[in-house]
Amino acid sequence: MRITDFDIYRDILKARSGLSITQDKAYLLDSRLTPVAKKWGYASLEGLTMALRGVPDEEVIKDIVEAMTTNETFFFRDQKPFDLFANTVLPYLAKHRKKKSTVRIWCAASSTGQEPYSLAILLKEHAALIENLNVEIIATDIADKVLNTAREGFFSQFEVQRGMPVQLLLKYFTTEGDGWRLNDDVRSMVKFEKFNLLDSMDSKGQFDVVFCRNVLIYFDEATKSDILNRISNHMAADGFLFLGGAETIIGLTDSFKALAERRGLYVLQDSAHDLDSMTA
Amino acid sequence: MELAARNSEHSHSAYRKILLNWRVRLKSCLIVDDSRVVRKVACRILNDLGFTCEEAENGQKAFEHCKSKMPDVILLDWNMPVMSGIEFLEKLRMMEHGEEPVVMFCTTENDMNHIKRAVDAGANEYIMKPFDSDILKSKFVQVGLM
Repeated sequence: MRITDFDIYRDILKARSGLSITQDKAYLLDSRLTPVAKKWGYASLEGLTMALRGVPDEEVIKDIVEAMTTNETFFFRDQKPFDLFANTVLPYLAKHRKKKSTVRIWCAASSTGQEPYSLAILLKEHAALIENLNVEIIATDIADKVLNTAREGFFSQFEVQRGMPVQLLLKYFTTEGDGWRLNDDVRSMVKFEKFNLLDSMDSKGQFDVVFCRNVLIYFDEATKSDILNRISNHMAADGFLFLGGAETIIGLTDSFKALAERRGLYVLQDSAHDLDSMTA
Repeated sequence: MELAARNSEHSHSAYRKILLNWRVRLKSCLIVDDSRVVRKVACRILNDLGFTCEEAENGQKAFEHCKSKMPDVILLDWNMPVMSGIEFLEKLRMMEHGEEPVVMFCTTENDMNHIKRAVDAGANEYIMKPFDSDILKSKFVQVGLM
């Protein structure tokens, strides 16, 4: 791919999704966008590139952004954050939230739904602990395609085997054709919405827990800082933020601080947590 | 002087031996499947994950193996000649120390009735074929073997 062609895609992705791609990822453009070019009737990627130089169709741009978004995910990915959620965050919220109050959880960039559904299953498993709370899970992603898949709650045999313990599979899924359907009582616990992390979060309200794992790695430093700072404005004073195990906030934001010995878990810098009362 | 050196060399190698045994006590896996190809594939993946592997081609052979040496984990096919996986599991869990190994079914039987029956008989996990190294690894992590 010519450098000037690369620039077109780099600029579109940056402006529309915040995705930051560097020249060494040019090969991804070929492999992921050739099917998009074919879909829109161009013989090759060059044809699509030519069309983008004119007045680009919004729908084409949407397909480009979706094709370039990485959707790697699986149930209970990395395990540790889910242990922390069940053993630290839920007991804390159960203790510190008033009876009947609503606890709001946000999964930013939820892809095909494995992360929010893993959380919904954990809520079911710990139902007694949070019986006095009303819990909402809001899951967002930029791509319509993965949101629709997520809403279906239908997973292939391969997908359910990546991370879902067999006891939970028996309890919360039913076989259907070649795959597994998540039971309605779990599926209905998650509300999927389309959302671009670059857009204003004003309509999103305030969250007690935010999962934003392995998303920021695709953005440049300035965008990372901006997203983290804006998330911090939408967190309860004693809310919790989960980032991916390999991610850090160092040099990006002063809004959050890492919790010692709880890798991947962050609280607001000036948080009002009663930290001593947290269980491990 | 020479003696001292030899002594120190001897104690050094003895120490190394202890250290090696202590540190590198690899977990053992018994792969029970009537397909030689499946056994080889599973064995290669498990070796990469740091397990030693032994193989058995049916439930009866696996049962004999467990009588002489109980493995840490058993990867178990369902349909096999001589003795099926489920029969083997029921017998295993009745044996002395038979509750110790982690048992993971690995079979083409992928309906809920089979899975329920396996879990009721004491299976710890259940892999539906076809599987790949990602699935095998994620299941091993899940049950705490890695």
